[in-house]
This record gives sequence, C-alpha cells and structure tokens, in this order.
Amino acid sequence: MENNSPTAASGKIPFWRDVRVLRILFQVIFLLGVILLLTLLYTNMLKGLRGLGLTLNLNFLQDEAGFGISEGIAYNPSDTYFKAFWVGVLNTLKVSIIGIVCATLMGLFFGIARLSSNWLIRTIAAAYVECFRNVPLLLQILFWYTAVVGQLPKVRESISVFGGAFINNRGIYLPSPEPASGLNTWLWFLGAGLLLAVILYIVRWRQLQQLDRPGFRAKWALPAFLIVAFCGWFLTPGRPFTLDLPALQGFNYQGGMRFTPEFSALLVALSIYTSAFIAEIVRSGIQSVVKGQREAARAVGLKEGQTLRLVILPQAIPIIVPPLTSQYLNLAKNSSLAVAIGFPDLVSVGNTMMTQTGQAIPVFAMIMVSYLIISLTTSAAMNWYNSWITRIGR
Amino acid sequence: MRKYLFQTAALVLAILFVTPLVANSQESILEKIKERGRLICGVNKELPGFGYLSQDGTWKGFDVDYGRAIAAAVLGDPKKVEFRPLKAADRFPALQTGEIDVLIRNTTWTLTRDTDLGADFAPPTFYDGQGFMLRKDLGITSLKELAGATIGVTAGSTTELNLADTTRALGIEVEPVVFEETETLYQSYDQGRCDVVTSDKSQLLSRRQSLKNPDDHIILDVTISKEPLGPVTVHGDNKWNDVVSWVVYATFFAEEHGITQTNVNTFDTENPEIKRFLGASGDIGAKLGLPKDWARQAIAAVGNYGEIFDRNLTPLGLPRGVNKPWTQGGLLYAIPFR
Amino acid sequence: MEDQELTQEIKPPTNTKGAARWLKDNLFDTWYNAILTCLALVCLFFALKGFLTWAFTEAEWDVIPANFRLFMVGSYPQEQIWRVWNAIYILSALMGLSAGLWGGLVFRFAVALSGVWFISALLPVELSTRGWCLGAIAMIAVSFFLGRGRTGLRPWILGGWILSFPVIMVVLRGFGENGVLTSNWGGLLLTLILAVVGIVVSFPLGVFLALCRQSDLPAIRWVSTTYIETVRGVPLITILFMGNVLIPIFMPGLDINQVLRMMFGITFFSAAYMAENVRGGLQGIPRGQHEAAQAVGLNYVQTTLFIVLPQALRSVIPAIVGQFIALFKDTSLVAIIGLIDLLGVARSIINNPDWLGLQAEVYLFAAVIYFIFCYAMSYASQDVETGLGIGHI
Repeated sequence: MENNSPTAASGKIPFWRDVRVLRILFQVIFLLGVILLLTLLYTNMLKGLRGLGLTLNLNFLQDEAGFGISEGIAYNPSDTYFKAFWVGVLNTLKVSIIGIVCATLMGLFFGIARLSSNWLIRTIAAAYVECFRNVPLLLQILFWYTAVVGQLPKVRESISVFGGAFINNRGIYLPSPEPASGLNTWLWFLGAGLLLAVILYIVRWRQLQQLDRPGFRAKWALPAFLIVAFCGWFLTPGRPFTLDLPALQGFNYQGGMRFTPEFSALLVALSIYTSAFIAEIVRSGIQSVVKGQREAARAVGLKEGQTLRLVILPQAIPIIVPPLTSQYLNLAKNSSLAVAIGFPDLVSVGNTMMTQTGQAIPVFAMIMVSYLIISLTTSAAMNWYNSWITRIGR
Repeated sequence: MRKYLFQTAALVLAILFVTPLVANSQESILEKIKERGRLICGVNKELPGFGYLSQDGTWKGFDVDYGRAIAAAVLGDPKKVEFRPLKAADRFPALQTGEIDVLIRNTTWTLTRDTDLGADFAPPTFYDGQGFMLRKDLGITSLKELAGATIGVTAGSTTELNLADTTRALGIEVEPVVFEETETLYQSYDQGRCDVVTSDKSQLLSRRQSLKNPDDHIILDVTISKEPLGPVTVHGDNKWNDVVSWVVYATFFAEEHGITQTNVNTFDTENPEIKRFLGASGDIGAKLGLPKDWARQAIAAVGNYGEIFDRNLTPLGLPRGVNKPWTQGGLLYAIPFR
Repeated sequence: MEDQELTQEIKPPTNTKGAARWLKDNLFDTWYNAILTCLALVCLFFALKGFLTWAFTEAEWDVIPANFRLFMVGSYPQEQIWRVWNAIYILSALMGLSAGLWGGLVFRFAVALSGVWFISALLPVELSTRGWCLGAIAMIAVSFFLGRGRTGLRPWILGGWILSFPVIMVVLRGFGENGVLTSNWGGLLLTLILAVVGIVVSFPLGVFLALCRQSDLPAIRWVSTTYIETVRGVPLITILFMGNVLIPIFMPGLDINQVLRMMFGITFFSAAYMAENVRGGLQGIPRGQHEAAQAVGLNYVQTTLFIVLPQALRSVIPAIVGQFIALFKDTSLVAIIGLIDLLGVARSIINNPDWLGLQAEVYLFAAVIYFIFCYAMSYASQDVETGLGIGHI
C-alpha cells in the first residue's frame, strides 16, 4: 500500500518501481488491449460479412438509388446513392437551422417571461417549460404529426388564409416572392443604402468614441438603410418581386412555398422542445447576474435598455453560450427522430440506403461522420461567437 | 504508481470483459433450432391474410401458417415457433444478424436481394403483382392520369423502387410519400394525406377491408411488376434453406395429390412417391436432417397449399389466379420427392 | 433559486389588504403589466376552453381503460403477471422501510405511491388487480411501521436496494423457456426496466470514463476522450440502429437479444454524457484536496473513492439527475427500433383499426405518464439540492 516509502529515495530504483518506465509500460499494455479489441471486432465483422456474401466498399454510392425522396433539392430516382444521401444531409441542415432560430426566439421569450414581475406571465412560462421538457421529444413529434397536422382537412377542404395561403393535410402552402423585372434596379438601391449605412455607422462610432460614452452605434445607419430600401421599392419601375400564389391544380396545390406535414411537425416539435430548455438557460443566465449590478447601473444613470445591453447581457452571455451551444447540437441531433415520421433527413435516407444495398457499415460511418462535422462546426462557430461577444463587452 | 496500475488493470479488464470469443459458429441454423427447441420466424404484424396478431393474441395468416409448417416439420410441433413482427425496412437486417431463423413476410424475390442483402430465397409461395388503389370518385382508370398525384409507399420495399421505375418510363412526375409502417400508410391514405397507395395487389385488397368505407376505393386494373413472395433464409446456410424449400414443396405436393390436413394421417396409397413423402417408406427426412414423418407433421399442422390459401386468403376475396397447382394451369410445381 | 417575490407570495397576507392587494402587486402593478395580464388571461381562457371542451365532450377516453393493461405491461403474459406484482411488492417493501427510516422525501414518495395504488384500486379493474393494489398499499404501510426509528437498519436497506435490482430482473424474466421472454416485456414496464438498467450501469461507467479522461497517462486520456466526443457527436437513434444491426455482426455467436442490445446502446450513449457531467465536478476539486489526501497516506484508489468523488459528485447532482431524466425520455426511442415500450404501445394502439382517430387521447395519456416520472425525478433532485445547500445558481 505504501508506494512512496522512503527506502527507494537513495540507490538505484528497480525498473518495476520506476514511475517513468511504468507509465510507458502501462500505456503500451493498454493500447495493445485496445488494438486487440478492435482487431477482434474487425475480424469478426469481416468473417460475418463474408458468411453473408457481402463485401465492404463504397462503390455502391455511384449506383443508381432508384427510390424517391419526397422533399429537398432537385433529385430524381435515377440519381446516385451519394446524391440521395446529400439530399438527406441538406434536409437535416434545413430543419436544424430553421429550428435553431425558432427555438432561440421562443426560448428567449419564455426565459424572460419566467423572470417577469407579473405573476400570471411567470406562471404560464413556468408551466410551458415544465410541460414540454418533461415529455419525450419523440412523443411530441408523433403527437404533432398524427394528432395535429394529420387531422387538418383534406386538399379539397383546405383552410384558406386571406385567399393566399392554404393549410391542409398535405402541408402549408404560402405565397412566395418570385423575382420580377424590377429586381435589378431595386438591388442598386439596396447597394446604395448599404453604402450609406456603413458610412453613417462609422461616423456614429467615431462620434461616440470622441464623446467617450456608450450608445447605440447603428442609431443612424439602420433607419437610413430602411428609408432608402423603402423609397427604392416605390421608385423602381415595375415591382421587384411578384407573389406566386399557390393554386389547386389537379391533385395538389401548385406554386408558392410549401412546408410538408412531416417538416412542419418536426419543426414545431423540435422548436418547442428545445425552447423549453433554452428558456431555462436564459433564465438562469440572467439570474446569475447579481441584482446589485442592475441597481448600480441604474444609479449611474443608465436607462433600462442600456442596463440590459451594457451591464446584464455582457455578464450573462458568457454563461449562457456554452449550454446554449449544447442545446443547438442537441437540436441538430434530435432532428434525426424525423425517421419516425418519414421526413427524409440523413438518418432516414441512410436507413433506406441500408435496406436497399445491405451496406450497413459504410452507411453508418457516413451518418456518423456527417453528424460529427455538423457538431464540430457548430461548436466552433459558437465558441467564436462567445469569445467575440466577451471581447466586445469588455 | 498504483494509480496507473489501477487504471490500466481496470481498462484491460473492461476490454477483456467485452471482448467476445471469435465466432466459431459453423453450425447450421437447423441445429440451433433443434437445440433451442423453438423456431424464430420473422413475420408481418399488420397484414390481415398474410401475417397479423389477432384480437385474441394469436398469430394468424398465410405466412404465419408456413412458419408453423416449418416448426412442425423440424420440431414435430406447430406451436414451437416464436413470431417476431418486423417492419419492411427491418426484415433483412434481422435476417442477417441471425435474430430470426427464417423470414416469411410477403417478401419479394429479386436479384439484388439475392446477391447483395445476404439472403437466400425458398420457392415463392405466392405470385403477386404491384397495383394501385385510389378513390373511386377521382374517376381515374389509367396510370398516365396519375401525374402530379401524391402516392404512398412503404419504406424499404420493392414497391418503392418499382414506382420510381414506372413513373419514369411513363414520363410523369408523382410525389412519393414514404411510410415506415404499413398501418400508417393506409391510415394516412384514408385521411387523404395521399391520393393513391401502391403495393402488392394482395396487400391492397387485404387492407381495403379496414378502410372506413371500403367500397369508395378501387384497385386499378394494371399490374406494374412481378412480385414472387416467399420465405427467405440467411445466405450461405444451404442445409437450412433446403429444409425451408422442401417444406414449401411439401405443401404443393400435398395439394397435387389431394393430401389434406384431415386425411394425412390415414392417407392410404400404393404410390411409392407419396409413401416416401409420408415417411411410410424410405427416409427422405434423414437427407434433410429431419425426422422421418416431417412432411406428414407439416401437413397435419396447417394442411396443403390449397387449405392454407382457403383459410387465410379466400375470406379476403383474393382469387387464386396463378397460385394454383401446375396441373390446373397454375405456377405451383412441386419438385419430385425422390 | 427562487425570486423574492415568491417568498412574499407564500407569506400570509396579514399586513396587506388581502387578495385585492396581492392582485394589484403581482398582476396590475404597472400599466404594461396590466395589459400583459389581460392579454394572457384572454389567451388562457380560449386555450383552456378549447381544451376542456375537447376533453369533456369530443374525446373518447374509453381507449385508455380498454388498453390499460397494454400500456402498463405490453404483451407480458397474463398467467405470469404475478411476476410483475412480486417485483412491485419487493419495491414497495423497500420503499416503506426507507420511508420509515429516512422520512422526508422518501416518505412523501411512499405516500404518493400508495395514493397511486389506491386510485388504481378504485378504477374499474379486475378483482384480482384490485387485491394486488390494496396489498401493495398494505405492504408499504406495514414495512413503514417496521422500519420506523430503527436507524440501525439503514445500511441493510441500502444493500437491499442494490440487491433488489438483479433480484427483480430475475423475477421478471424467470428461467429458460418457462419464464417470460424479453420480447414479451412491454409498456411502461419495459420503459422502466430500460431506464433503470441505463441509469444503474451508465452512472459508474460515466464516472470511470471521466476519471480516465482526467488521467495523466496520455494514451488512456486520448482513448477515453475520443470515445466520449464521438458518442456525444452522434444522435442516439443512430447508436440504437447500430446496436441493433452491428452488435450481431461484430460479435457473432453471442446470442444478444434485441432488448439487451437496446440496453447496451442506451447505456453506452448515456455514459458519455454522464462522464462529461462528472468531469465538470472533478475539475472543480482543488488540487490541494489530492495533495492533502496523499499527505495523509491515501493511495490513488482511496483518494478517488473517499476524497475526490464524493465532493465532485455532490456538486454535479443537478446535472446528473438531468441526465437521468434525459435517459428516461430517451428510452422512448426504442419504439422506432421496434420494441413495444410505453410509446410503442401508444403507437400500436392508434394503429389498431378498433381505435382509429384517437391519437390525441392516447398520446396525451402517454405524455402524462412520462411527465409524472420526469417531474418526480426533478422534484427529488431539487429537494436533495436544497438539503445539501448546493446549486444556488
């Protein structure tokens, strides 16, 4: 037991008691163990696959996929498996990015509502958070898909919103802007507005620096840009955009923008579920800023908005961002539950590929690598944002 | 220092613990079943007529009966079988991983499946074709008119691929909606999520019964594919595949010769082939690694092909079509029992 | 944890002017709060009205009692149901004894559990079920009085809890072909089994991985870091699919059934997250603690077990319980793989032609069950937190 007995202090240390040797020895043993395990698994796998008459390679990716995918970028069944997988990846990204934006906004709203001085608002927000984060996401997705979206009326009995948008059990159809003749002229206006805004921003920044007081740097730039853009819209000969209205043609509505039921249900469930967690993060982040800070800020004459922007947020954001990042990653990973309702994300396309080709291992590897890339990029972006916002705050 | 010893020892132990023995299972599935005393059969759980769990908790259906026949032939007891419900997309992994001994789940025999999915097929037990079901009031009679329609299919099926092929050949665009579960597919169709469902005609016919108003729906008079459905075993186990194949032939043979569930034990004949078949002379069972009376047991358990068909599929209104013995102009042809 | 407003609200309003004053202080103190209150009230009114009308007039709740058995135990054979009750009785006895010994939170849980059995007994169920339910209450009550005040029993009961896990597994499974095959485990029973196995196994595994990640041997650190980060970068459903398809390919010859494969998947997934939570606690332990422990002559194992881990784990209890809750919810993913857990049962019922169109009812019921368990866990965690005086974030 007494490994550091003083007797070894003098004289030659036998190698079996020499920490330097032992460190290396133990690591070698350990690595050998790991390698042994991996080779065993690998040989087992090869043996198993050979028994089934399967080979392990990625050549199948160039074969014709042959199955249809109901949404995503242009794709048809004669495209390759690789293209099919790519459609899945893009669908995952699409639902994740839109989901992150929605979840953040909703989470922010409910997080702040939980700190409201109004008892009713506070209680409703607390109930929202508790209800949605204590029920499995998969159940919520299925609920939205089968019990809400699935119960919408049939195509021919669609709910019409102002005659332009239609809701039925095949999706939500919205009018979409289509570029028209005036778009080029209007883009020139936008460019000019942007230039003006940048100049005004810099001018204002300088001015604030000279005055040595905090202030809203985009105070002039933002309105200037909006005014130019707005005027340009009306001055442009011909409209820059026309609205493409969805209309019933044959079996379905054609034209406009469409959110499929699968996408809508997945998005709603993901956003609500994640927003409940984000609300908690926002709440504890803001609460972590000591009350005295707020009072001190008020005492030196900062306004409510300034207190939030210059005192509370710079201290709260570094606390909020790391857990927020992991929520974003969770949302991206949770989007894989799409497989339960048939939204063609990368896991569900990957699954179809597996059942069609039998190449389970390469497809799993592709899925894993895709998610690892998504996770690493998101973490990197959020870390960068965190260091940037912390620097600004100082 | 001890800390390293501890860490390393713990990790090495952990590794040794999870390290499995290198597989040495050259043993046929047939032996495994005999050891286990139970056959594990992958079936459909939501296709009345072929495979479904009835209200009283028993398994019923055409495919299920074949599972029982195999259990009876191998173990002498049609009850010694465990049915595992499988989704279309899960069936081949389940077979590859040895989770099931035999897959009898209205599975179509295709070249790719035979070669790339690690599967071996036994003779088809049901010759089917892919069709389309839609609402009568749409007034559609040909495939061309389906342009722009939303069409529901099950994930991981040949129908998914046939649909893509057919629409491409016709030069029309349709919107496929893929469902993991057969049940959800038909439910969504009933709710109007899709205009059309496409699947094996037998399945369309079977599932039409459970729609809200079966009479509102028609099955188009077109068949876009050949769907030979039959039992599947894992690739490379020829001995086991032989057993499954010959149980199937036994049901064909019994119908050809009028051997039924009721008369199989008392069947009196001088025909040497039938005698061999019933185990009254010779021992063809031993060649398959089965008991002498294997065929008699199988027929006693579920009856001949015609009886299995009549019990499960006739009530659905499914005509026998080509699924008749060759002697009556059908495709069922038993290989000689010699 | 909570705001001061809440403490004020709990105080009896003796020195204020009653309800009207409370309303004014909490709902109508400023003009914008007044507007917010009115808006919220209107929204709440319509939401509640819509929901209640649906729940009391349109909803067909018959589906719940008709399938109650399925919800609870799935296709667990009727004639073997005594196994489940035996397991419940073992737990009830332990629960009652613990309630008597520790009181407090455990006592509250024991009372709640008795309440659940009492309500179950009042429901229109078979006579035998009613008997079993009342028996369970009696079991809790008797063992409560047995355990009361006998503090000497505490270590025995702790041991009992640990031992109860394998015992209950054996009771539920039985032996060989005469027992209940794991493919017949289902419903809430399966959900609970998956969750408990996941929690019990992934916790030590996570602690172990966290210690490895903190090791000063690079090889061990790297391997453990790679494992943790890879698993955390991939969705659970992929891990479950892999477990389902790849375990038999990588380890042929070992007959690992589907339930076991899902347990592997959930456990290994959860362990990586658990490791990160524990690491957070380990990093908060000052270097001096290690040095002090070494100074009094403790070796690595002793230092870790008696000095480092107790402090590290204590500080991350909320995070660990959070992970347990996540794991409990995550067990629902096995429904995608094809197991019939609580969510799987819900899915199969709404697909049953006899109960078409009752998605909302069935899913709401399942949601309530999940909610009760998750909420109970987070309630317990908060209680422990306040007891230990940590987590004052």
